[in-house]
Amino acid sequence: MLLEVRDLSVNYGHIEAIRDISFDVPEGSVVTLIGANGAGKSTTLKTISGLRKVRTGSIVYDGQDLAKVSADRRVQMGISQAPEGRGIFPGMTVRENLEMGAYVRRNRSAAALAPDFERVLTLFPRLAERIKQPAGNLSGGEQQMVAIGRALMAQPRLLLLDEPSMGLAPKLIQQIFRIIEEINAQGTTVLLVEQNAAQALRRAHLAYLLETGEIVRSGTGSELAGDPAVRAAYLGGDV
Amino acid sequence: MHFQYVFDNFASLFIGGLVFGSVYALIALGYTMVYGVLQLINFAHSEVFMFGTFATVWALWLIGADATTMGVALVLSIAFAMVASMITSGGVALLLERVAYRPLLKRGAPRLIALISAIGASFVLSEAMGLRGAIASALGLSDTLGRYVARSRENLGMPTDRTTTVQFELFGYGVTNVNIIVVVSAVLMMVAADQFIRRTRTGRGIRAVAQDPETASLMGVNSTRVIQITFLIGGMLAGAAATLYMLHIGATRYNAGFLLGVKAFTAAVLGGIGNLRGALVGGLVLGVAEGLGAGLFGNEWRHVVAFVLLILILLFRPTGLLGESLGKARA
Repeated sequence: MLLEVRDLSVNYGHIEAIRDISFDVPEGSVVTLIGANGAGKSTTLKTISGLRKVRTGSIVYDGQDLAKVSADRRVQMGISQAPEGRGIFPGMTVRENLEMGAYVRRNRSAAALAPDFERVLTLFPRLAERIKQPAGNLSGGEQQMVAIGRALMAQPRLLLLDEPSMGLAPKLIQQIFRIIEEINAQGTTVLLVEQNAAQALRRAHLAYLLETGEIVRSGTGSELAGDPAVRAAYLGGDV
Repeated sequence: MHFQYVFDNFASLFIGGLVFGSVYALIALGYTMVYGVLQLINFAHSEVFMFGTFATVWALWLIGADATTMGVALVLSIAFAMVASMITSGGVALLLERVAYRPLLKRGAPRLIALISAIGASFVLSEAMGLRGAIASALGLSDTLGRYVARSRENLGMPTDRTTTVQFELFGYGVTNVNIIVVVSAVLMMVAADQFIRRTRTGRGIRAVAQDPETASLMGVNSTRVIQITFLIGGMLAGAAATLYMLHIGATRYNAGFLLGVKAFTAAVLGGIGNLRGALVGGLVLGVAEGLGAGLFGNEWRHVVAFVLLILILLFRPTGLLGESLGKARA
């Protein structure tokens, strides 16, 4: 198991944001956490990345307990995240943003990064045209591409994606999800947080439904997609 | 108003202003860099500078440089003093970060609390220097430290020869060797700082933290480390400014940081706080405006001119002359 989350509780201020959640992310899979706004999905990802404090429970990555591992060290270990709202650096160019993704790598020479640039620019040809522009001038979809591409530049084993479809046009959403499948096919494990449950479940090997900080359903993507309660609440009745 | 005087002495007032302005600019960089990464005005930065002025004099004493030191020996002595000053000021800045800020920010204290801590730290540092004689005698070190702790509350002068020589004439003003040294070294230091921020990995980490600290962590940037380095660089630049100030002015005292600190902070705000090049522009504009203002209204109006200028510019350009942050700047 690449990632094992056990009985994890995290507070946000004095409010319990997630309570006793447990889930697994097998190596090579696409796992999704779905649920409404405020269910605790983003908090879960931030805690895995080390940005939020664990109150109780444990996160084990590749057999190692992350309790005492700092956020920057986790990136070196292969956990990389494209955060909610993209979190691009607006004053840096697209190229500089992508280079920031490789910040933890030992060898950052142009030659060492060339294959990664090629991989990212093949996945997102649009970024090649924008490479010298300040990332702040890009459209929402392009910024999402920068965020995902930047996370890939760290050569992660586990890619955390927080709401990659948020605010994008339907056609672009399709495209982003296709690219996520491609990234997974290239060997990267993906943990995906989504409000767009239909798209996420279609691609996920394993899925968990979060409601007010607790996991209330789990199964394969198609199992959850077929669950009447999930269909009624998150899929608008038809998939 | 002395229009005729300003007209007759324009070059002298202008160049004098540039010299002062480059010292302001170097100190302003420290304010603006720390603001960039922490959104915090490090009010104790003035004392970081003040420690540098003392380190400059003490370093010269230590190697026995005095009024008879001349030529190459003098140049090397001053260079040594500047290195000592940069190390001292850098060290004081690191200490400040560790003691006065990090414990507060780690616990999520509001910025206002850190600001009060900064003002407190400023008093502590300034008075520690002013009471060094009493502190040394309480520790029984008065004899060992001797002249280093004597007359703690009085002016301390440069021990080396301060005669300046005119190198060339510019619009009727004789530009001295010290004028050239101050302006050229200040500009070199600023270019080095600018290049460091633009080109190095750590520099890019600093920019990332300034733009978005949380995402910077997701990239693997160690923000504690980045903040430390920012304080260190700001401190070292203030240390360099301290030696240049001593070359130009020739004396310091325990509370010499206050006015310089306020002016440099003004320069940083004038140029656009958080913006490296803004600090440079702000410092030079402030220095020149002060110089010309002092000529026009009389020297006692120098500080009034500086702050009226600040208020006027902020009325029309609230974000300062170059008005964009370290984060948003394309640097």
